[in-house]
Order: sequence, then C-alpha cells, then structure tokens
Amino acid sequence: MSNPKVMAYRRENGRVGIRNHVIILPLDDLSNSACEKVAFNIKGCKALPHAYGRLQFGEDLNLFFRTLIGTGANPNVAAVVVIGIEPEWTNIIVDGIAETGKPVAGFSIERHGEIKTVEMASWKAKEYMHWASERKREECDLSEIWVSTKCGESDTTSGLASNPTVGNAFDKLVDMGATCSFGETSEITGGELLVKERAATPEAGEQFMALFDRYAEMIDRNKTDDLSGSQPTKGNIAGGLTTIEEKAMGNIQKIGKKCKYVGALDKAVAPTGPGLWYMDSSSAAAEAVTLWAAAGFVAHFFPTGQGNIIGNPIEPVIKLTANPRTAGDMSEHIDYDCSAILRGEMTLDESGDNLMEMLVRTCNGRLTAQEVLGHEEYVLTKLYESA
Amino acid sequence: MIQFLVHEKADSVGVATVDIKAGETAEGLYMDSQEQAQVKTLGDIPLGHKIAMIDHKAGGSVIKYGADIGKVVADIKKGGHVHTQNLKTRRW
Repeated sequence: MSNPKVMAYRRENGRVGIRNHVIILPLDDLSNSACEKVAFNIKGCKALPHAYGRLQFGEDLNLFFRTLIGTGANPNVAAVVVIGIEPEWTNIIVDGIAETGKPVAGFSIERHGEIKTVEMASWKAKEYMHWASERKREECDLSEIWVSTKCGESDTTSGLASNPTVGNAFDKLVDMGATCSFGETSEITGGELLVKERAATPEAGEQFMALFDRYAEMIDRNKTDDLSGSQPTKGNIAGGLTTIEEKAMGNIQKIGKKCKYVGALDKAVAPTGPGLWYMDSSSAAAEAVTLWAAAGFVAHFFPTGQGNIIGNPIEPVIKLTANPRTAGDMSEHIDYDCSAILRGEMTLDESGDNLMEMLVRTCNGRLTAQEVLGHEEYVLTKLYESA
Repeated sequence: MIQFLVHEKADSVGVATVDIKAGETAEGLYMDSQEQAQVKTLGDIPLGHKIAMIDHKAGGSVIKYGADIGKVVADIKKGGHVHTQNLKTRRW
C-alpha cells in the first residue's frame, strides 16, 4: 500500500470528498421543519435538523457558526440549501460555505412564511440534485482523504486490539502524507503527559496542554462527584474498564507508535497542512464526530468494545471491534471485526492493513454499516446557555 | 488456548479474552515478549475484565500498559478479579 488510489469527488477548492450529498441545513431549531419538508419533496437530498441557533453569543456563537459553515464546506457535500428564520445569520452561513466555491443558496422564513419558503427552497434543492447527480468520481490519492478517529463504548478489548489497529493504520496514513486527527480531551486524563510528549514540536505540545487544562478546569468547575457515574461510562465498566486512567491509556493506542501530531486545534477548526492533528472535543461520540465533519474530515475510524452504534450524516463512520461478543450479537453495526487478534490469529500490522483496505473501499463508495442503517446523529456542541 | 493477555511485562494485571471460571488455571500471554503466563483464578473473570498477576496491597497501584491506572482500595490477591470493588481513579 505505497500510494493507493481511490475514486472520489474533487471539489471546487481542491479538497477531496467520498460522498456527494446535497444538504438542507437549518440555521436554527425553528427552521428544522422547513428543511425536513424540502428533503421530503426532493428525493436524495438530506436535512440536518439540530437543536440550536437562537440567541447564542460569544465563543459559543463562534463555535456554532464554525460548525454549520464547516458542515456545508465539507468535501463530502456537493451543494447546500440553508434555511433560517431571518436573513442575516442565514447569510453568514451561506457566505462562509460559498468560500469553497460550491453551490449554496439561503432562504429565510420571515416575510414569506414556511409554505412559500419550502416551495422556493425545494426548487433550488431540485436544481442542486440534478447538478450533483452528474458529478463524477475521479482518481485521487488515498493521502488526500482526511481521516478522524475516536472510540466509543470502549472496553479492554479496545485497548488490546481495535484501538492499536487504528494506530497502526494512522502510522501508515501519516507516513504517506495523509491528514489525520484524534481528540476526546477528557478521555486523555491520565495519559496527558504521554500525549504531550507525542507532539512534533514543543509548541504543539504546549497547545495541546492548554486545551487539555481548559477542559479539565471545566470538569472541575461543574462536577458534583468523581464522575464515576459518567466517565468511564456504564458500558465501559460492564466491559471491564475501571478507571479514567485505564480508559485513557487504551484510548491513546489510536495514535499509533510513531506518528507525531503537528498541531492542536480548537473544536471544528480545519487543519492547515498534512500530518496528525489533535482536535479538542467532547468524548461523546455524536458531538465529537460532528465537530470533525465540520473541521473537514471525510472518513472516520470508530473502534468500539461494547457496541456504540453512532453515525454521522455526512462523514461515514467505519466501525471496528475486537470484542467477539459484540462482533457476534451486534454484527449489523460492525464494518470490520478484528477479534482474531485476541485469539492470536492475526497481527496488529495485518489488522491495520485490513482497516486501510476497508477505508479504500469506503472511499470508493462502499456504504458503511452506519450509513445503511441510517444512523445520522448530527449533534452540535454547546458551550453554555443562550442569552 | 489463550484465555488472557497482558500488555507488558511490567503490568500487574492481565485482561481476560474469554470468560474464565473461578478456580481455573488460566493460560495467558505477554503481548510485548510473547512469553507465556499462567494464573489460578480466585473468582470468575468475565471477558474483558482484569485478573491480578500479583498480590496488591490497599493504597498501592495497579499497573497496566506500564502505567499507573489507579489506586488499590481493597487488598487484591494474585488471581483475583480487579475492578470497581478494589480499584479507583486517582483523578477528579
């Protein structure tokens, strides 16, 4: 696998996507209904309802705008219709997405009413669907595919096999010049000094520690106990994980043995070059993958132990497990079963190659288990109350 | 057949890769050195759960991945089940 090729969509700004979605993006909770009506009228496009977008302010509003614009700008998205209650914030999202050069149009409900807005937006969505359906896949390098990772409902099999499988694949991807990312800030607790040491430069290590300390301070400020009811989760504990330190040591197996991160990013911020990047994020699966999709990542490696079933509407989530029980009784959610490692029948290096092969197939169009099952958890991260 | 794995030689616990019954002499493997290991279990160890490779005293540490993963809050005998009843986080 020295320089594998994949058939993917090269977008107007040069970025490469592996899906060709037309999305109907609500600015705010009030506009979810109109977006869902457009997606019902126009087959093949996809509404992305969410809970927020009103009276947010400060850093929380910046993150909200960054997440919505990033979602529309993601190369897995061919074209975007934005619907908001009023035109000004709607246009902020439209203008942000338009910087990629892709087709985007905004509609606002005030002064039109929802029925008229749905009609106008449906005409535009129809035009975009026809246009997008004629985009063609072309040969691209695998290294042009941005890949993120986080694990979920981990157990000790995650640390033994499925997380190191991702680490092995990340070492290989970064070696070939790809852009990769990890995060889950709270789940590094207990392994933060090891992560700091994996920085490519002292500056990157300091950036990581600043984001880590900010998150730890937030937990200290809000906690009412030792978090033993939440982190590790009940599923983690059922699977044999006992403490956050143990979970963190398993978690960081995902960054491999040798690749080093070149920088640390705030939530939903796009990397500025190839290599491994740390991105601050919650450890809740849907929130974190939504942030990586907004940062421009087009495929996600998701190792699970006990069987987290999360998906994302625009960034395909490739699930792997090393837990033979999960691979058996939750097989409809699993794209790659690496439990042979636990039986001593497969090496980590072979497993990493198998995961890379599944990535190539996913890039070429194979739908993931999550996509086929319709798991489309689009969950925005909110930093604090609205005004 | 392998019934448990130990990440590193320095670790004080292994991880069951199948359900292990109390009183069994379980067969395991150190993943770094590929050295064989054996331990007689004192309780049932479900798949994914930890088994003590040595005696642990309350107040000490459990070592896994060569790292301290928490404090021992009740004595653990070699072969015992290591989990929330005898191991707690040092954080938060």
